Amino acid sequence: MNAQALLSVEDVAVDLPTPRGNLRAVDHVDLTLAPGKTLGIVGESGCGKTMLSRAILQLMPKKAKLTGRVMFDGQDLTRLSSDALRKLRARSLAVVFQDPMTSLNPVLTIGTQLIETLQEHLDLDVASATKRAVELLAAVGIPAPEQRLTQYPHQLSGGMRQRVAIAIALSCEPKLLIADEPTTALDVTIQAQILDLLAREQRRRHMAMIIITHDLGVVAGRTDEVAVMYAGRVVERAPTPVLFKNMHMPYTEALLAAIPKLDTPPHTALPAISGRPPDPTRPLKGCSFAPRCRYADGRCESEKPRLEGAVTAAHQYACFHPIKLAAVAGA
Amino acid sequence: MATLELSVQEEAVSPVRRGRRLGTLFWVAIGWMILVFAVAILAPVLPLPSPTDMDMLARRGPFSALHWLGTDGLGRDELARLAYGARISLVVGLCAPIIGVTIGGALGMLAGYFRGRFEALAVGSMDVLLAFPPLIFALAVIAFLGQSVLNLTCILGVLSIPAFMRVARAATLTLARREFVIAAQALGASHARILLRELLPNVALPLLAFFLLGVAVIILVEGALSFLGLGVPPPTASWGSMIGEGRESLDIAPRLAFIPAIAMFLTVLSFNLIGDTLRAITDPRQGAL
Repeated sequence: MNAQALLSVEDVAVDLPTPRGNLRAVDHVDLTLAPGKTLGIVGESGCGKTMLSRAILQLMPKKAKLTGRVMFDGQDLTRLSSDALRKLRARSLAVVFQDPMTSLNPVLTIGTQLIETLQEHLDLDVASATKRAVELLAAVGIPAPEQRLTQYPHQLSGGMRQRVAIAIALSCEPKLLIADEPTTALDVTIQAQILDLLAREQRRRHMAMIIITHDLGVVAGRTDEVAVMYAGRVVERAPTPVLFKNMHMPYTEALLAAIPKLDTPPHTALPAISGRPPDPTRPLKGCSFAPRCRYADGRCESEKPRLEGAVTAAHQYACFHPIKLAAVAGA
Repeated sequence: MATLELSVQEEAVSPVRRGRRLGTLFWVAIGWMILVFAVAILAPVLPLPSPTDMDMLARRGPFSALHWLGTDGLGRDELARLAYGARISLVVGLCAPIIGVTIGGALGMLAGYFRGRFEALAVGSMDVLLAFPPLIFALAVIAFLGQSVLNLTCILGVLSIPAFMRVARAATLTLARREFVIAAQALGASHARILLRELLPNVALPLLAFFLLGVAVIILVEGALSFLGLGVPPPTASWGSMIGEGRESLDIAPRLAFIPAIAMFLTVLSFNLIGDTLRAITDPRQGAL
């Protein structure tokens, strides 16, 4: 694919064996990400977003089977030895998780966690690592950073913890940062702060970033490209402004309609997507979204639409009945 | 004005609360532990009569200036035997759980972290060890290798491995799937680093609490084995063997069995109290998870 892409996910599928049968968590996904760019992956719970991010990091459950290629910086991660993979991760990958309470070690102080990570990656002595740690904490907007070093995660608020988690992730100067629902556990005002912080650090360090979320509002102003996932597949993919102006996939439209807006009168029912996602252990023959889609017809149930670009190569979608109009409210 | 008063009050209250949280019972337990350890360590330098010198003319002697706690059935000084017995009880009681916590803890963490065939093997072999009657095992080994403090410690240590292994494995299993472990892996941490720096500090807390419980149990088990005559070889004193020897004169001089029993009871109780309190105040996760 693209020669200068930092990351390219090529035809990746992840299968998880479960007692009820084979579960296809990620179904032949293709993605590319250039250095310094941001990709948003959007979808509801259980659509394979997190498993895709784990597949990129090569940190899947032991029983999971992956096919396809994950090219990062010219290397196929699926073929690297575990030692080479570990070195590569140390140099260039980092991840921020949803719940900062579980992504920080509860029995080590903030300082210990940050300083040890720094020492491990940058070969510093304790004094200079401490200095770097203080700088990093200040950079992620934590007041009185020296004081925080001696505190435990439970002594900080949720937003603070997420800032610390980001500081730890940034400590090794990654080329790619994967933020897996970085703001879901936080309240709305803190959400914006954390997202702004991620965007600022990304620009400063020129790193690529993947933001995984179920909230289209999160990716709206902060990503270069958005991939919408449903039932393990990417169903629509476009540069962010194009997607919001001109979405083609009914699922994307339904997702966007489900976001509460300020201009709707109070106590109006929020349009929900009826039904539930298909059972991933029993794949449908046709389009996975067909049972819940208001445009679906016979063809949708018998044939799986391919992800392809109709108007431009950059805007791809998998639907037989794309929405034509640009008149989607709230975009 | 009201807010001012409030803040002053809070400052004054907090140190008091800290003291109350530890409780007098905790300090009594600490005091008893210090006393027992001091006596055990200093037994040879203290002005005590020999614990093995017999005085057949002063058998089961009452409390006196010469023999503070009287003499036992063979005319040996009871206080001296109590002090020397503390050494055996504490050495066995501390060393055996150390063997258990080291081997069992390491096995449990490796099993819980790496899973797979190694875990099946480790859990299986521990189940075999657990299923084997411990008393029979102790009997057989002592009959084969002979009675000695070292053998006793090793047997009790080996017998305590499965329990420690299970505690460590259970804690590791839940922790190893937590996101901070995955985050560390994503940052390129090696297995050794994750086990030692991320998991060990978490697993150490339940292991430490269990260790102190283990010390208490091992002291009791050593007592039981000595009582049955399987413990330290006579004439060496241990609390258990003292109770065992005191049994013969329960009707005329019950104190010979009861004094070491009380010493053992207080020591075990102290270990449990201290273990509980330490766990409660050192757990940084308290109330946070």
